[in-house]
Amino acid sequence: MELEHKKILLEPVVDNNPITLQILGICSALAVTTQLAPSLVMSLALTVVLVSSSVTISVIRHHIPSNIRIIVYMTIIASFVIVVDQFLQAFAYDLAQQLSVFIGLIITNCIVLGRAEAFANKNPVWPSFLDALGHGMGYSVILISVASLRELFGNGSLFGYKIFIPITEGGWYEPNGLMLLAPSAFFIIGLLIWAIRSWKPAQVEKPEHQIRVVHRTEAR
Amino acid sequence: MPNPTNDKPVNANSVNKSNQGMLDKFRNLPNDSPQKIVVVTIILCLTCSIMVSSAAVLLRPLQLSEEQLSKRIEILKVAGLYDEDESINSLFNHIETRIVDLASGEYVTNIDPDRYDYERATREPETSVEIPKNQDIAKINRSAKYAPVYLVKEGDEIKNIILPIYGYGLWSTMYAFISLQADGKTVEAISFYQHGETPGLGAEIANPQWQQRWVNKQIFDQQGEVRLRVIHGAVDKTSKNAPYDIDGISGATLTGNGVTNMIRYWFGERGFGPYLAKLQQGA
Repeated sequence: MELEHKKILLEPVVDNNPITLQILGICSALAVTTQLAPSLVMSLALTVVLVSSSVTISVIRHHIPSNIRIIVYMTIIASFVIVVDQFLQAFAYDLAQQLSVFIGLIITNCIVLGRAEAFANKNPVWPSFLDALGHGMGYSVILISVASLRELFGNGSLFGYKIFIPITEGGWYEPNGLMLLAPSAFFIIGLLIWAIRSWKPAQVEKPEHQIRVVHRTEAR
Repeated sequence: MPNPTNDKPVNANSVNKSNQGMLDKFRNLPNDSPQKIVVVTIILCLTCSIMVSSAAVLLRPLQLSEEQLSKRIEILKVAGLYDEDESINSLFNHIETRIVDLASGEYVTNIDPDRYDYERATREPETSVEIPKNQDIAKINRSAKYAPVYLVKEGDEIKNIILPIYGYGLWSTMYAFISLQADGKTVEAISFYQHGETPGLGAEIANPQWQQRWVNKQIFDQQGEVRLRVIHGAVDKTSKNAPYDIDGISGATLTGNGVTNMIRYWFGERGFGPYLAKLQQGA
């Protein structure tokens, strides 16, 4: 049983990562990852919302009428997102300003609704908690790696501390402006998916189409 | 549809018992029966709204003071007084906040500057005016009747005048504080503290290196026309416009135009023009 729980917790981090395997939650991964600090706060906010909504849904799972279950999930998720947003505005005002609408957009993040419908709705509280935490970690790992790459190559800094001194400030590094624009996050996530799938070939999907080479002499 | 009141035992003697009965009955209802759907919805909505509204109400004072603090930090930065080690509020004692009637340019005395909510006043119909389309060069739609100004003082003498200005850039509204020398025409410093311009291009307006180029530029020419502007490319030092021109940011022409329009609006008739004119006459 313990082994089972460990698997629920750790599987989403790499083997069943919500971003690189399930390809969910891409929007925020593109939008907030220009710098590390906001990405870290975003990861935390999403994890808190994911864990608390999954636990709540799991607690009341026997009483959710299936006709309105999606609305029930959305109400619960939206409430937690607003509470998290209010807390951020009170305790991390600057970062909350930087993240602006993206905290609110956690409501529409497919990972949260996805876990509610696919897992918390059918499982007891403790496994649901672990599952949500695992998915939160999986999301955070990707967000933080993408943000480190983008901030380092786009600004030459990490957490605002200069690592590569840019030319404009008397150093040697020419910042790569593309890294600060959304397309670069697509490239980085694509490369990450490639790297993970080379490491774990089990994640490689079967091709939907296969080109069959027919030798001319075999063709009718 | 079964009527739940029909089969409920009427028991006036024991409220407790009937409560128990109701709870059990509710639990045993099939999940998709209309009664259960209604009850679950009501309980869920009540719980969620209590949670959300108590978070909003309880955290409001903290949020407001954070907001004020971050604004004060911006003002202190543009005033050149910001020091990380000192308390923001004690540093802010060097700065006097006054409220100005934009139309007449006079100070208003019946509003407490510490409690004046400028953003809100800009939105509310009673405290703001709609800007006619042909005059709305900064694309801000409405403007408050009264605006705060921040006077940096040394003893009784005014050293700098800090004005809040804002206008539409390429993607969204850009907010800045501009600090003027005591003559009311020379730029001492500028700081863009909130904007949504393209990272790496328009967002360079927040770069201190670029903001440095504003220092000592003239806002008005001899005739009192607003001349300060962001140009295309670098400033030709020999040109007669050099005192009014600021280097453009390459790849950010539209943001630069937005900044120019914002300056033209806020130092014009509808902005702080009348106030600065009065100030210069007085000085």
